Amino acid sequence: MKDQRDILAIDDEPVITGAIRKVCAAEGLSVDTEEGAAAGLARLEDSSYRLIICDLMMPGAGGLEFLAEAARRGVSAPVIIATGYATLENAALSLARGAINFIPKPFTAEELLAAVRLALRCDRLQREAAAPPGAGAPPAYAPCPPGYYRLGCLSWAKVESEGSVLVGAGGLFLGAVGPLGALELSLPGEETMQGAACAAAVSAAGDRHPVLCPVSGRIVEVNAGAAATPALAEKEPYSGGWLYRVLPSNLQAELGRLTACGPERIEPGQARQQRR
Amino acid sequence: MKANRLKTIWRGMGTGFKLTVVVCATALLTISVFAYVSVRSHSASLLAEVERHASQLSESVRLSTEYDMLHNHRELVHESIRRIGNQRSIQRIRVLNKAGSIIYSSDAAEIGSMVDKKGESCYLCHAAGRPLERLEMKDRTRVFRPAPGSSRILGTITPIYNAPSCWTAACHAHPRERVVLGVLDVTMPLAEVDKDIRRGQLEIAVFALSAILALSLITGFFVKRLVTSPVAELVDATRRIAGGELGHIIPERADDELGLLAKSFNNMTHKLSEARLQLVQSDKLASLGRLAAGVAHEINNPLTGVLTYSSFLLKHTKDRPDLQEDLQIIVREAIRSREIVKSLLDFARQSVPRKGEADINAIIGRAESVVGGQFALNNIKVVRELDPALPRIKADAGQLEQVFMNLFVNAADAIGTGGGAITVSSSALKLPPSAAAQIRKALCPKRHSLIDAGTPLDGKPSVRLKVKGAGAEGFLHLSAMYGSGVQLCSLPPAAGGPAQYACPECAVPLNSKGAACPACGGAVYAFEAPPWGMIEGCAAKGCGWRRWQGAEDAGNLEFVELRISDTGCGIETENLQKIFEPFYSTKGQKGTGLGLAVIWGIVDNHGGTIRVESKTGAGTTFIIRLPVNA
Repeated sequence: MKDQRDILAIDDEPVITGAIRKVCAAEGLSVDTEEGAAAGLARLEDSSYRLIICDLMMPGAGGLEFLAEAARRGVSAPVIIATGYATLENAALSLARGAINFIPKPFTAEELLAAVRLALRCDRLQREAAAPPGAGAPPAYAPCPPGYYRLGCLSWAKVESEGSVLVGAGGLFLGAVGPLGALELSLPGEETMQGAACAAAVSAAGDRHPVLCPVSGRIVEVNAGAAATPALAEKEPYSGGWLYRVLPSNLQAELGRLTACGPERIEPGQARQQRR
Repeated sequence: MKANRLKTIWRGMGTGFKLTVVVCATALLTISVFAYVSVRSHSASLLAEVERHASQLSESVRLSTEYDMLHNHRELVHESIRRIGNQRSIQRIRVLNKAGSIIYSSDAAEIGSMVDKKGESCYLCHAAGRPLERLEMKDRTRVFRPAPGSSRILGTITPIYNAPSCWTAACHAHPRERVVLGVLDVTMPLAEVDKDIRRGQLEIAVFALSAILALSLITGFFVKRLVTSPVAELVDATRRIAGGELGHIIPERADDELGLLAKSFNNMTHKLSEARLQLVQSDKLASLGRLAAGVAHEINNPLTGVLTYSSFLLKHTKDRPDLQEDLQIIVREAIRSREIVKSLLDFARQSVPRKGEADINAIIGRAESVVGGQFALNNIKVVRELDPALPRIKADAGQLEQVFMNLFVNAADAIGTGGGAITVSSSALKLPPSAAAQIRKALCPKRHSLIDAGTPLDGKPSVRLKVKGAGAEGFLHLSAMYGSGVQLCSLPPAAGGPAQYACPECAVPLNSKGAACPACGGAVYAFEAPPWGMIEGCAAKGCGWRRWQGAEDAGNLEFVELRISDTGCGIETENLQKIFEPFYSTKGQKGTGLGLAVIWGIVDNHGGTIRVESKTGAGTTFIIRLPVNA
């Protein structure tokens, strides 16, 4: 039986892992630290974790290699990619390769904790959804319907027949944020980029979670309904709760970096939920 | 061989020298001919004068002796001829009879002697073999030299014709059937006349030579001044520019062709240096991007430690108000550092501005209020010439505020502590599409972007198309500036230009079906260039026809022009083109050398342009142009 621990922090800079340990330990979370991807993977042999925070750029194997290797080994713990080289491409790429979230360095203790809490809740919701549906148990979150493209679990994009793209926050993401306090939205006419924060979901508890945009382009319309009542996005994240209508600038290339939502990923119960 | 060598030497001569030689040769020829003709006519007229004099004299002698001859008063005839012949201007007077015997002469010694028919006084009539009986006036004179080396002599012959009184006279000396009885021969020395002629020749020669010399000198002087020196300056300028000295300016001295040439030359260098600046800028920005990424990564890690620990402490020392204040400062400053690194990365990545409706005058006001404190200390006055009706533009107010703050600080630094003025002005401006429209987005029918930032033309990311023609395949880069004909094609140049155009990503054809270039008849490409619809064009070599109907229909483009001038130390011409380069700084430890590079990037990201005019010791002006509807 493996040791059950909360968080594994992997970074080549001890000051980072030390800071993560300090902040998370204060919240009652147990933290192990490693200084490289290989050491981190070795640690996973002995212990299992609820969450992994991994640096993107490290000597030797980096965060993306770690993601690939962890997936190959069937590691089920969600991975947050942290980086000091926070380019939009890196953000999009990390999420596309399976990271649950992306956090640019440097971060404050609050930002780190917000990301940690979000990731842990996401993971819990995913596990609940994967378990055989209990009798009458309410669905944990709305799944991404077929025909949609998602950026990790943070946001989704749906190409409309006119060439414009509808953009919204992911169901799992919103579910994990919990009761929404507020939605911070951009204004119509603003340009947005794939991987850039285009909105933020602020939980009732006050945690602020940026929503990274799935496509680049100009925001031509903001969903007034969602702006007025954030609960709408929470309730129908993939239909009435969309956030923006975007005129994409480089859609074909960017769709390639997104994950297509497909029916094979949806449990029967959830699919029924979506149709209703 | 010799002709070839001369040709080579001639080709090696300067234009001015050749021009001078040609003008002088022409002058030499003209003046020589003129001098020759003058000398000829001068001599002829002098000689004619003597001739006239001689024939008149002959006539006088004939008339004065006729009476004495008729009455056979030989002594009187002798005396008359002797007296007249003694005059200085007359060499000799003699009368010959038909047989050639000298009857009378001013030289008494030769009377009675015979003259040879071949002698100089006879040949005029007897040269033809049979004696002439009538002699025209002009034929009666002859010029001869009695001996080689002696001075010339003019002789006039007056035939004495038979008259009724001769054969009816008492002496009955002459038979009636004779036509010519004898000849009166007057000879006059030409020494004086020859002297006059020589003097005249000398005078004309001296005049001709002086004229030629003067003409050569004057021509040489003006050719040097008007042609050689300006041309030498142009040649020198070309060499300097070829050597990379793009700031070199040729003094424009006149409005003539060479002046215009100098002016266009200066204009060309100016354009060239601007284009190079833009190219260098793009290049520098790329390397800056790599550097900034590295720096950001390195700084962000230690900064994470500072920010995480301080924010953690801030959260867990709520009961220690003495620490709270200090920790708040640490957290605030760490977050500020984070923003600085982020903006450096954003700049290096040429981040897209977050544009909204912006009031430039208000932005200038805010920027001034931030840095204005420093102005009052240094006795710097700010003069505002803002257009109150300035249109609001689509821009990132935060980024533009940074632009103006930077320019204000630069201006204040240039003025120093001695006091001065900063003038900031704003105005609206309208430019035709051909002068200002830029293709910012270009899409194939499958929505692939055709914009290629890797190959900038005219300093802007170009439009890239795949082209086929002449059996080869390649890429075509078009300048994004609508009015520019600049393009780059990897295909060998073929008549009529590339035959097929396609999207480099998905190869969907971009040929405009059934359309032919109205200028050259070549194949026409067409792609969408939002927000103004389709743009069509022809890439045939030397044609470059383009039509962007949407942009033309949209009319003149609106810009706001902003000028920030200072009365500071100015920037030296050779440094003007360097100031926008990253890490170029005149401030030593005080500056990073990034300020103007950042400004350049921001203005460029807004689709605007920035340029600088400066005069050492007088001040500097930065001129920014931003599109109203970007």
